[in-house]
Amino acid sequence: MSSGVDLEHVTIRFGDFTAVDDANLAIRKGEFFSFLGPSGCGKTTILRAVSGFNEPTEGTIRINGSDMRGIGPNKRPTALIFQNLALFPLMSVADNIAFGLEVEGIKYVERRRRAEELLDLIALSGQGDKMVSELSGGQKQRVAIARALAVEPEVLLLDEPLSALDLKLRQHMRSELRNIQQRVGITFIYITHDQGEALTMSDRIAVMSAGVIEQVGDGSTIYNEPETAFVASFVGENNPFYGKVVKVDGDYAQIQNKFGLLRGRNTQGLNEGDAAILFVRPEALSLVEGDVPAENVVESTILSEEFEGPSIHIHMEGETEKRISFAVSNEGKGTHLKVGDTAKICFEVDRAIVLPEGDLADE
Amino acid sequence: MSDFLSVFLAVVLALLVAPMLQKNTYTVWANLRQVTFVKKNGVLVSTYLIGAVFIWVVLMIIAPQLYMVDFSFRDGAIGGDPDAYTLKNYSYLIFGRDSDENLFNLLHLQIFLKTILASVGVTLLAFLLCYPIAYYLAQSTKGGTTRLFLIALILPFWVNEILRAFAFRILFGSSGVINVSLMGMGILDEPIDFIKADIAMYAGLSYAYILLMVFPIYNAIESLDHNQIEAARDLGSPWWRIHYRVVIPYAKPGIASGCTMVFMLSAGALAVPQILGGPSSLWFTQIIYDWFFTGGDWSRGSAYAFVLLFSCIIFVLAVMKFFKVNLGELAK
Ligand SMILES: Nc1ncnc2c1ncn2[C@@H]1O[C@H](COP(=O)(O)OP(=O)(O)OP(=O)(O)O)[C@@H](O)[C@H]1O
Ligand SMILES: [Mg+2]
Repeated sequence: MSSGVDLEHVTIRFGDFTAVDDANLAIRKGEFFSFLGPSGCGKTTILRAVSGFNEPTEGTIRINGSDMRGIGPNKRPTALIFQNLALFPLMSVADNIAFGLEVEGIKYVERRRRAEELLDLIALSGQGDKMVSELSGGQKQRVAIARALAVEPEVLLLDEPLSALDLKLRQHMRSELRNIQQRVGITFIYITHDQGEALTMSDRIAVMSAGVIEQVGDGSTIYNEPETAFVASFVGENNPFYGKVVKVDGDYAQIQNKFGLLRGRNTQGLNEGDAAILFVRPEALSLVEGDVPAENVVESTILSEEFEGPSIHIHMEGETEKRISFAVSNEGKGTHLKVGDTAKICFEVDRAIVLPEGDLADE
Repeated sequence: MSDFLSVFLAVVLALLVAPMLQKNTYTVWANLRQVTFVKKNGVLVSTYLIGAVFIWVVLMIIAPQLYMVDFSFRDGAIGGDPDAYTLKNYSYLIFGRDSDENLFNLLHLQIFLKTILASVGVTLLAFLLCYPIAYYLAQSTKGGTTRLFLIALILPFWVNEILRAFAFRILFGSSGVINVSLMGMGILDEPIDFIKADIAMYAGLSYAYILLMVFPIYNAIESLDHNQIEAARDLGSPWWRIHYRVVIPYAKPGIASGCTMVFMLSAGALAVPQILGGPSSLWFTQIIYDWFFTGGDWSRGSAYAFVLLFSCIIFVLAVMKFFKVNLGELAK
């Protein structure tokens, strides 16, 4: 018996097209769980299946352990916040929030009282009589959350609810959402294609690509211990080095690359001869100054420099179209490097990871 | 009558020509060219537009109607004095002839009331019929299917009204399709006289204006964000509450415009009641028609027609006020 939301071998097809392919997940009660993935990877499709707007073609969705097949969206203990919010424009803010209670047949006075409580929660006290059109973007956002919370769902589903807001408001709403989640203590399932959003808010993240769940884990696991080339390249910046594994020793693997022999952690149990990609994050790369280390040195041509204030971003010619990028911190003098120079960079073995070759995320 | 028209035209002409005859004709032109409308469309096009609209509104709508108003206040009966103004055409509808034993003209008043009430009924029937169709087309079908359905709705209306009405007579007649099949299935022993019971007429009227009801509602619902319907459902709402709280309030302007048109046209219909109405029942328009053509009393006919027109307008405005719909929303 488990609680929360379970997906068991969930596959969703539209005709011949498989939008979600064999998803298996156990989302815990009270968890802030995010689906992260590029546009069109099937995030909304999963969310709609959980809320009951479409049924999985195969597999089972359980909420609090019970199979949801055949149970309509109006009968599930979930509430969905739509990408465009879908507030009712002809109702006042309070009526919007109390709509779910009205459906339950709760009397006006009581409804109104509960709406006021929720307005307090979202810091819009006393604004219940306004029309939706009189609110700002962020306020509408919060009203949509209150409307969903009013029905006391066990699971709140949020479909990219912040995507329409400007950057500042988005950052503010992130912490707001997280606060609200901690206060009400119910399960949040959050969809986003913005990794910053997923990393800052979630307890755990499922990274999706083309209908497949690539990896599930908390933010630091996803970032530091990616299991696939897609996850490594989609979450945060990463520099790929392609090659064949030539040597495996202990927890490490060495690949033969255009730039020479490169070694990194072998978390996925690769064997000699396997096609692999070694990933190093920009923050793990540093310029070789003075003695040249014994291994993991890459020498290439500097193509561009971007002055960013605290740091300077440097792009070097890579083995493919994609450039090798890293940053040096600004020590007050600028760099002595010029575009066109060759330079040596290096990285520590433990900060590189060797993964099976696979598709990278498009930039 | 003709002096009325000539005075009217003279005033209009004077208003038009006066500015031109002023000494500074040139300035008038210069000013005219500054007007945004003229600037945007050029002198020629704007003259045409203004002229066309003017002719349409004044000559084809306002003038003839004013003519009829004038008519309705004259004594048009044979032997009456056509130059004197009188209220007797209007009072006849209410009080009838002085020599009648009843104080009121019960026959005509009854028919008038019945026409209004029956038109309300027809409007409701058409609404009940069309709202589901419009909703389904607007929210549940995809582009291609929707177009197919709409064409299927429109095509029958290429058949002219008279033919359609007679087809309904065949449908509802005592040996018509409906009676025959009902009797064939053993539901009825004897044919129902749909025509005498006016059922054929109500059906015919509702059907005649189906498009005028479907289209405005369809247009209104089509622009409703489907997510709102899903949001309501997600919050636990049963389907009827979704319609009552979300869809209908949103589609209100469309519904108002559809209902207004169907009501007005039903109340003013002539062919369908003539063809499908029972032998003992009259539509108010039939009385008007009789005054004009059988009775030869155009004055009384116009008076009756205006009473119908204004009653309908007042009724519609009152209903719109009740449902809090603005006149402007009808044109949405
Ligand atoms: N009703 C449908 N019929 C056919 N295909 C569909 C349907 N709904 C979604 N799809 C397809 O399924 C895929 C996944 O769609 P989905 O809406 O889940 O993507 P998403 O991850 O939410 O993307 P975004 O970030 O752009 O919202 C898309 O390729 C889409 O075209
Ligand atoms: Mg989506």
